Amino acid sequence: MKQSISFKLNNEPITIEVNGDESLLTVIRTYLDQTGTKYGCGIGECGACTVLIDNQAEKACMILIEDVIDTEILTIEGLASNGNLHPLQKAFVSHDALQCGFCTPGMIMNAYGLLKRNPNPTRENIIDEMDANLCRCGSYNRIVEAIQTAAEEMNEKIKL
Amino acid sequence: MKPDKITELYFSDVNEPINYDRRKFLKKLGKGIIVIFSLSELSLMNGWSQGTSQEKELDFNAYLRVKEDGRVDCYTGKIEMGQGIITSLAQVIAEELEVPINSVDMIMGDTDLCPYDAGTWGSLTTRFADPVLRAAAAEAREILIDIAAKHFEVTKDMLQVKDGIIYVKDNHSKKVTFAELTKGKRIVRSLKIKPEIKKAKDFKIIGKPTISLDAVAKVAGKAKYSGDIKLTGMVYANVVRPTVYGSKILSVDASGLSAFEGVQLINENDLVAVVHEDPEISYKASKIVKVSWEAPEIKTNNEDIFQYLDENVKEHKVFIEEGNIENAKLASKTIIEANYHDGYVAHAPIETHSATCYFENDKLTIWASTQTPFGTREQLANTFDMPLEMVHVKQIFLGGGFGGKIYNQQAIEAARIAKSCGKPVQLVWSRREEFMYDRFRPAALMKAVSGVDENGKLNLWEFDIYCAGTRGTKLFYDIPNSRTRMFNSADIHPFGTGAWRAPGNNSTTFARESHIDATAHSVGIDALEFRLKNLKNDDMVATLKLAAKTFDWTRKKEPGFGYGIALGEDAGTLVAIIAEVFVDKFTGVVDVIKVVCAQDMGQVVNPHGATVQTEGGITMGLGYSLYEEIEFNGGTIKSKNFNRYEITRFSKTPKIACVFIDKMDSKPQGGGEPAIICVGGAIANAVFDACGARVNRMPVTPERILKALKNS
Repeated sequence: MKQSISFKLNNEPITIEVNGDESLLTVIRTYLDQTGTKYGCGIGECGACTVLIDNQAEKACMILIEDVIDTEILTIEGLASNGNLHPLQKAFVSHDALQCGFCTPGMIMNAYGLLKRNPNPTRENIIDEMDANLCRCGSYNRIVEAIQTAAEEMNEKIKL
Repeated sequence: MKPDKITELYFSDVNEPINYDRRKFLKKLGKGIIVIFSLSELSLMNGWSQGTSQEKELDFNAYLRVKEDGRVDCYTGKIEMGQGIITSLAQVIAEELEVPINSVDMIMGDTDLCPYDAGTWGSLTTRFADPVLRAAAAEAREILIDIAAKHFEVTKDMLQVKDGIIYVKDNHSKKVTFAELTKGKRIVRSLKIKPEIKKAKDFKIIGKPTISLDAVAKVAGKAKYSGDIKLTGMVYANVVRPTVYGSKILSVDASGLSAFEGVQLINENDLVAVVHEDPEISYKASKIVKVSWEAPEIKTNNEDIFQYLDENVKEHKVFIEEGNIENAKLASKTIIEANYHDGYVAHAPIETHSATCYFENDKLTIWASTQTPFGTREQLANTFDMPLEMVHVKQIFLGGGFGGKIYNQQAIEAARIAKSCGKPVQLVWSRREEFMYDRFRPAALMKAVSGVDENGKLNLWEFDIYCAGTRGTKLFYDIPNSRTRMFNSADIHPFGTGAWRAPGNNSTTFARESHIDATAHSVGIDALEFRLKNLKNDDMVATLKLAAKTFDWTRKKEPGFGYGIALGEDAGTLVAIIAEVFVDKFTGVVDVIKVVCAQDMGQVVNPHGATVQTEGGITMGLGYSLYEEIEFNGGTIKSKNFNRYEITRFSKTPKIACVFIDKMDSKPQGGGEPAIICVGGAIANAVFDACGARVNRMPVTPERILKALKNS
């Protein structure tokens, strides 16, 4: 039985007809064509599908679409504003905190969720929070540094 | 080139470019200044030697073009999977052509646009494509200067080039851009003689840290991978898989599919799959299809595999034999003998094998996560018994490869399904499928015997390698009497195996460097001193000294901490890794504190990229050293996902320092694979140094450490 489900995706109101038991990952990637969010494991163990639901980092492969009714979802595509990369995206580029780039959207989204809650994380905070995101190319140290740089830049902006 | 051939080459030391077949692309080239070249005819390896027979045929496997708008296209069959050649190849072109790096467009791995390439593996790109690309860019620059000289009616030496503009030296108001010079022209040159290339002192871009050119697309989520392609009318495929690798289909009961509207069943010989335009329905429907399988006999598991290999692999050949082994045994004061074991490990790229494809008028177009687009084309053409020209493999990013994406099973499956259902198809393997069809790094057994004379000089080396190949096993230690034999047997493994980042060299380097350490310890000589005393290769001595200095080898150790060295050679690069670990004697848990890696990799084109690659190799290498191992019973693979297969993560990543020997005027060597080979040996040796546990089996798990401590 199809039902109508509404939520916001990257600030755009969305209404779709679905069964309800589809994964948020399928909905985002396949029904809504936002392919920046990646499939990596399907059991919430790699973090490649991390998105924000009401500012909370979640693994989209583990969320049913009926559980996001009336929420605001943010994916990697919604992070840049007015064509400008978000400080996290810029820092990932400047630290070359990626290689194949496949885990990168999930990494950035999880880091975004972390900085929302804790704008001044220590190195240990970052490692704790990011530990569920896997990067087979091995860019971990650079990712930690990129998150630190982004946090500093975001805090500077707030001061201004 | 067929995957089996690549696997065979991959496990050996490949020190020349692979140039298998060639196609004529001339008819496809548009306007501009075009320089075409073959990777085999002109490499620094062969002293830039020339093959005259090729000139008439215009055989080539890469080309670059300065277009009418002044931008530069480089067409190569290589692919980008995170190893950074999209940046480093653009760098060398920009350097020699004197254009800004962002005016170079890399067109990679598209079989209709790019000339043939044997694939991206074996750390071959920088070693072989890079020098030739530089030469081609230099040639294009000279052609442009020639035209400019005629344009200004001056001699060539009166001109200089900067940022894609040619100036008259004493009058900078007289200038002409590459775009203006190229407009309306079509000049095609093949690279016949070695053009003047820049000296290191004149480099502006080579050797300068350069941020990856693809990074912005990747952080924005815009980079496209094979599973991100969406075609009109496309269906999503799910293949019905057995639980045991190698099972044969006995019967198929698809009666349950009537509950799913719009589902199509594909049932052809060895392939049973379901497609639907909604991937959720396709997945659910595939679970309803009941297949009875005939599973192969269980012969071994992850615990008895080494004994199984020892008992069943008899076929062997001698790789190197020097001096006299028997005499050396008599002459050696100390003889040490040990066996080393290394289990199966997965490539585990975060992107699973994926492919999206469609047929149009019998021509197949496919986006596939593959390290071998031209190999994929050949496999697909063979599958459907059609000419190569009827298959087009498109350019795409790969979400990691590490040697695992040269087999292309998913591309063949996707194309067969597309052919059968008559619709565009996307097939993205689940993580479970990825672990089953990974083509793991083979389990390996190494038997080592060393002998030392009364002065602490190595006198004897016997090395029997089971299932790991000989890549990197040519001795850089000065040992007058040695014999290395390779034992292998086809189909000995209970599932697919294949090339895994520096194939075989991880296992053999772990064994050799553990054994060298054990030998040094038995004669009471420091691990660093023993190696320096016994090395014959000056470059390796310099590399080891650089590592030791960077690490500060003689610094004081607190109790529980240990240092370990490993040396190795891979893809032309010399590697010395020193690791520092802390071992908790009560739990056996290892904390890796720091890893220093020194490399002699010849000219370092992009120090930034080389550092990133080396860090990545070390991080991945900690996995096979400490926790990665496929658990299995026969063809039943128990490690089905990341919850049962631990790879390195943030909290396990130590401080990493990479240092490179400065050799900017020499030939560049491999960068993607080498560092990983030394991680296992360095960790095992550091663990021994920390707590006295000599673990001869990778990964060095807490249980194995505690067991070794109990036995020591």
